[in-house]
Amino acid sequence: MKRRSGRKLAMLVMMTFVLSILAGCGGGGSETQDEQINVGINVELSGGVASYGTNSKDGMMLAIEQINAAGGVLGKQLNPIIKDCKSLPDEAMSVSANLVGEGIVAQLGPLTSGNVQGSTSVMMDNGIPLVAPAATAVNVTVDEKTGDIMDYIFRVCFIDPFQGTLMAEFASTNLEAKNAAIYMDASSDYGKGLAKYFKETFEANGGTIVTEEGFVKGDRDFKATLTKIKGHNPDFIYIPGYYEEAAPLIKQAREMGITAPIGGTDGWDSSDMVAVATAENLNNTYFTNHYSSQDTDPQIVAFVEAYKAKYNGKDPDSFAALGYDAVQLLVQAINDANSTEPEAITAALATIKDFQGITGKMTIDEQHNPVKAGVIIEFKDGGQVMKARIQP
Amino acid sequence: MLEFSQQLINGLSLGAIYALIALGYTMVYGIILLINFAHGDIMMVGAFVGFYSITLLGSNIVAAMIFAMIACAILGVVIEKIAYRPLRNSTRIAALITAIGMSLFLEYATIFLLGPQQKVFPQSAFPLQQYEIMGLLITNKDIFIIVSAVVLMIILQFIIKQTKTGKAMRAVSVDREAAVLMGISVDKTISITFAIGSALAAAAGVMIGVYYNTVNPLMGIIPGLKAFVAAVLGGIGLIPGAMVGGFVLGILETFVSGYGSSLYRDAVAFGVLILILLIKPTGLLGKNTGEKV
Repeated sequence: MKRRSGRKLAMLVMMTFVLSILAGCGGGGSETQDEQINVGINVELSGGVASYGTNSKDGMMLAIEQINAAGGVLGKQLNPIIKDCKSLPDEAMSVSANLVGEGIVAQLGPLTSGNVQGSTSVMMDNGIPLVAPAATAVNVTVDEKTGDIMDYIFRVCFIDPFQGTLMAEFASTNLEAKNAAIYMDASSDYGKGLAKYFKETFEANGGTIVTEEGFVKGDRDFKATLTKIKGHNPDFIYIPGYYEEAAPLIKQAREMGITAPIGGTDGWDSSDMVAVATAENLNNTYFTNHYSSQDTDPQIVAFVEAYKAKYNGKDPDSFAALGYDAVQLLVQAINDANSTEPEAITAALATIKDFQGITGKMTIDEQHNPVKAGVIIEFKDGGQVMKARIQP
Repeated sequence: MLEFSQQLINGLSLGAIYALIALGYTMVYGIILLINFAHGDIMMVGAFVGFYSITLLGSNIVAAMIFAMIACAILGVVIEKIAYRPLRNSTRIAALITAIGMSLFLEYATIFLLGPQQKVFPQSAFPLQQYEIMGLLITNKDIFIIVSAVVLMIILQFIIKQTKTGKAMRAVSVDREAAVLMGISVDKTISITFAIGSALAAAAGVMIGVYYNTVNPLMGIIPGLKAFVAAVLGGIGLIPGAMVGGFVLGILETFVSGYGSSLYRDAVAFGVLILILLIKPTGLLGKNTGEKV
């Protein structure tokens, strides 16, 4: 008797439980689909690159707030669902699966290329578009082995090698350099890819590469190669690599009397550059980046002011600006498609032209990469000054 | 010709750094036949002690170097007592693996305690001076490193050949049991060897910190490895061999970068090393004794 009633009770509890789940599901689903557009935000809020994800999410939330205040998209409000992928690719994957279950129309993030790749399979299987703010590796949108395009993966940042093209344009147009030396980080795809694109563009502009040299990660002595480069007397030196090596390299170059302008990449963007190389040695050096918060373009000034007002005076970095642009690009696609169906949004994303973002005007090419401008930042007496905006 | 002479100076200053580290390596090997893979990491600890005594205590470069040498001498003795002494009578491979473990321990304990970021050595600790002699550029740092490597080598050679401690070291090296019978304390002799070797590493560490302006927890790996190669090249166990090996390696690397291509620097430099060792397996200064190994 006692056992029977126990069983009945258990069944009753279970039935109510199941019913309540079904009710919750149906009710919630129909409600949000009618009035709101669910946008998944899958970013790194903890772990190794938490600062990337946090800053980018702040940029995204500013954009969403502004859009909702202006009446939303297609008359509906954007409903951000924020989840932390903990800076791990497999976590990014399960977060995506979770977001898909909540009925999102598109996902924004994660930030690093590796984490985007973790989430890619889920988006591809479910046919929901992903807009990556800052994943710069080439193979995020294209399978490098087969050349197949990842149909549902898009980005708003330029790809790594493009920075080489930018710097070559700057060197031959703005600095009027004719003979350039390349001294690359030969131990990374990043350094080698950038060097290749720099060379192509610089030679296409009528310049000559006088010598191509390389160093490996961890090197601290560059004097032998620099002596050789000095012998070639180039009027520009390109150093695609990270600040750990670039800083001592520039110091040694200046100490041995190489005065030619030196160009680099976003890998230089660190306070250690000035500490190691010293402010004086860094004069007449330049590097490429996605955007500069010092830009005087009225749209950028408005964005920087709104961001500072919302986040206690914090300066928006590239991740914040790219996060903001990712939201705006998605909204543009929803408007273009005049639909919140993921398939329609995907088709609209692939054909976006002349979209004006904070980080430049962009057109999405057939490989789902934006064709857009970049900025050149100059080191001047230890500070970073925006030098030029280059439109390829 | 001018460029050639400049490259020679570059090679000598790079070689002096390898030689400085190789001195400690070769000394420990010479006495107890242990390849102390933690040597490069003791150098790193020395560089950090030097860094903190300059930034926190405000000491000058000489005092920083003395602090670092004392701290690392103690560290070397402790490491020998804890990690190597219990294994003295076991196989050499066991001691070698323990040395690798010790190396990893020092690297990651430092990362755990101080973080993985590089730290910037204050530029004011050793202001740069440049001299131009007939179109050749040489800095006071180059001179400082080359001179101290030579001076330390001479002092070391003197200790080993002329003092009583040195005699005890050589005796332990030749035949440990016989040395005990002669009344030599083996434990004490080996402790002194480790103290001197580690102090040399610390001196090298501070100099590298000064020379390249940065210190980081993994800074000992590559120089340590290259210094090991330099020691083998010159004839491991021989003090002048470490010196010669260091300079040969430094000049070789510089010339490959300067006249060949920097993209193949390590491949060519180490290819030549393999060639030398094939022809002369005991190293440049080594004698073919055919004993031990």
